[in-house]
Amino acid sequence: MKSLILQTTTRLLITLLLLFSLFLLLRGHNAPGGGFVGGLVVGAAFILYVYAYDVAAARRALWFEPRTLIATGLTVAATSAVPAVLAGLPFMTGLWGTLGAEDGGIHVGTPMVFDVGVYLVVVGVTLSIVFSLAEE
Amino acid sequence: MFLLLAVLSGYALALVAPWVARRQPRAAGWVLAVLPLTLFGYFLTFIPLVMGGQTVREAIPWVPSLGINLSFTVDGLSLLFALLIVGIGALVVIYAGGYLSGHQRFSRFFAYFFLFMASMLGVVLADNMIALFVFWEMTSVSSYLLIGFERERESARRAALQALLVTALGGLTLLAGLLLLGQMGGGLELSAMAGQAEAIRKHALYLPALLLILAGAFTKSAQFPFHFWLPNAMEAPTPVSAYLHSATMVKAGVYLMARLHPTLGGTEAWQGMLMAAGGATMLVGAYLALAQTDLKRVLAYSTVSSLGTLTFLLGIGSQAAILGAMAFLVAHALYKGALFLVTGAIDHETGTRDVRLLGGLRKAMPITTAAAALAACSMAGLPFFWGFIGKETFYGAVLGWDGLTPAVAAVLTGTVFVAVAGVVATLPFWGASKNTPKHPHEAPLSLWLGPLCLGAADLMFGLLLGTSVESFLTRAAEAISLPAAGSLDMELWHPPETALLLSGISWALGAAIVWKFPAVRGAFSRAAEAMRWGPSAAYEALLVGLNGFARLQTQILQSGSLRYYFLIIVGTIAALTGYALTVGGGFVPPVGRSTIQFHEGAVAVLILVSAIVAARATSRLAAITALGVVGYGVALIYILYGAPDLAMTQFMVETLTVILLLLVFYHLPQFSRLTTPAGRFRDLAASLAAGAIITALVLTASAQERFGPLTAYFAERSLSEGHGRNIVNVILVDFRGLDTMGEITVLGVAGVGIYALLKLRLPGGSGGGRNS
Repeated sequence: MKSLILQTTTRLLITLLLLFSLFLLLRGHNAPGGGFVGGLVVGAAFILYVYAYDVAAARRALWFEPRTLIATGLTVAATSAVPAVLAGLPFMTGLWGTLGAEDGGIHVGTPMVFDVGVYLVVVGVTLSIVFSLAEE
Repeated sequence: MFLLLAVLSGYALALVAPWVARRQPRAAGWVLAVLPLTLFGYFLTFIPLVMGGQTVREAIPWVPSLGINLSFTVDGLSLLFALLIVGIGALVVIYAGGYLSGHQRFSRFFAYFFLFMASMLGVVLADNMIALFVFWEMTSVSSYLLIGFERERESARRAALQALLVTALGGLTLLAGLLLLGQMGGGLELSAMAGQAEAIRKHALYLPALLLILAGAFTKSAQFPFHFWLPNAMEAPTPVSAYLHSATMVKAGVYLMARLHPTLGGTEAWQGMLMAAGGATMLVGAYLALAQTDLKRVLAYSTVSSLGTLTFLLGIGSQAAILGAMAFLVAHALYKGALFLVTGAIDHETGTRDVRLLGGLRKAMPITTAAAALAACSMAGLPFFWGFIGKETFYGAVLGWDGLTPAVAAVLTGTVFVAVAGVVATLPFWGASKNTPKHPHEAPLSLWLGPLCLGAADLMFGLLLGTSVESFLTRAAEAISLPAAGSLDMELWHPPETALLLSGISWALGAAIVWKFPAVRGAFSRAAEAMRWGPSAAYEALLVGLNGFARLQTQILQSGSLRYYFLIIVGTIAALTGYALTVGGGFVPPVGRSTIQFHEGAVAVLILVSAIVAARATSRLAAITALGVVGYGVALIYILYGAPDLAMTQFMVETLTVILLLLVFYHLPQFSRLTTPAGRFRDLAASLAAGAIITALVLTASAQERFGPLTAYFAERSLSEGHGRNIVNVILVDFRGLDTMGEITVLGVAGVGIYALLKLRLPGGSGGGRNS
């Protein structure tokens, strides 16, 4: 019961959904959003893919094994706490800097890296469960 | 800085050692021994300083706010241990390179080994009690890995677990004891403790702290009644037994007692406990050593006995006894390490360690025979060997004690040492050749180098270096029991004549036992049957009891039925929250009356109605949909009250939940009523109670001004300190980032757990998901 309409729409939608999840992740620090909800959106996007195609196709489209994403996410989150220690500050102190020009540049900091870790863990956990269940 | 590097270098090598061993399996032992040899040279450079009465100290702040530092001290005592650890370590690494060659986990062995060596160095060099505790626990963990190295054998796994449980339990009491000691001494540095000794001995917490610390030391050093794990740990590969369970790790407890002697020692409680436990261990170990047939177990029980001797000497606490303990410690490390390695070589070349099956190996293995003979002469305490000095000072120290009991116990123990030395060094090598599983050949260089070096050191220390070793040991003894001025005035070379007489008795008796060993062993092993009811049985009973209790509480709390899980979770939340609410001042109605807008009321009604529909639904689809509506309703309330982040997440979670339920939909059993009316009534009551209590809690919370300042605090600092305008996100990733770290870890573990449950196909099970 594969639907051509659903498959075509999915291919268009998944790009938008993934872009939207990145948007949520990046704006999270100043406006509603963040790594957690961003990761859930990625999860939803790939679930849509599972319904339109099948699990094997969704696994291929994801490129990464979901459990690898969990481990990577935890590593990224933990790593984000280390620069502060190297700088002689307590573990996990946020360090901030500006990319580009001083007034018009992008504000970046270690808590954003931490949020990326959260994002990856949520994607990994959600899809690890969904893929396993859908393979039943 | 160099001391820290010396300790940490072992950990660094543990990381790369497997790689080296895989690349160069033949040369691995020799190449990897370079680090311990270098460290040996490095520690030798401290000797002039220590001989000059100096102490080297170095500290790096770790958690300075709690007084925890990575501080290390080199004095006579720690230098003695450090030299033994890296010196014997180097020989054992070379030995293991030959002994384990071809083993399928050959490369991994070296990672475990250096992990242990570095931790052991940490224990004896650490000055901070917390640092000492951390290294101490790491020796337990690496020892667990090494004992269980032959993990295919169940006996090896059991022995590893037993050693871990016993020593880790002691580790926990040690932590408590050290913290009490820190409380009394006003700091966590060991070097600062001795100055407070007077105050500490009079303190009310002295006895509890002493008991806890001694429990840690006794378990680690296999003192009676915790001695049973050590012989079982002989499941480890022989180089491990030689290194951990004879020369180094088991002496960690002795080290700790020696280190704390200036602080805690000298009281009646200290003396009584050490002499009682040490004396009992000494005799029990000696007795059981003669009941064994496996050469390694013979040595293991005599090691237990030696550890008892050391504890006993520390308990006596006179200067002669302390110096005797140091001399005996060095002697034991040298000859026992050598004898274990010899046993391993025999095992390696003949395929057996059973003393009844061995004989006449001296022609096939002349070098090993020589090494065994050297070590055995030292163990038997023959003149010109260092072991002679170790034993004479031991006898001299017990003779200095009022009463004859210690002397009698010492002679009995000494007799058994002579007998064990004779059994290990003569029975396998002399007499008629016997058929062994493998045809014996001389062991390769790597296997005889270690025992020969150690045996030669026994002779060299005794013959040539006696005076310099003696003055070095005097420095070590001074670190344990400090005389007010000057050095200890001990003459190792002119022991009391009575001691020589006692030696003569033990030589004669020991030789007689070796002569009639099969008969003696038979008699002893029949009597040793009684030990079935000993501490080892208590350990087994404890484990059985623990497992039984775990099974019982699992049956009650984790029945496998989701309904009961929910009932227990909801019931616990309601009960605990209700209790906290009652104790914390009871229900407070909200002040003022906030008006409820029409649309807010409508959402509330929607949630209520769908909750009732979900509970009364007759099809699963209806129930899922109704639950989804409840979730979306809650999300709407978040929006109405200005929490867009929560709302967004709630929407996503609700959507994903419905999708997940649909995925497993076809695997679920027929939707049916499984509960009785009474059961449903109970569930209703539990839900209503939980709902009411949470409602009361929320109303009470909002009636209090307590949360005003908190909101203001975060609102104010979110941008200035967290560099973000979204307070929720800044709290999550910055202010309470550590909490989030914990939460995503839990999430990750849960994800892997669910994956495992779904993929696991237990035999006879109906497959994942079907019954959930």
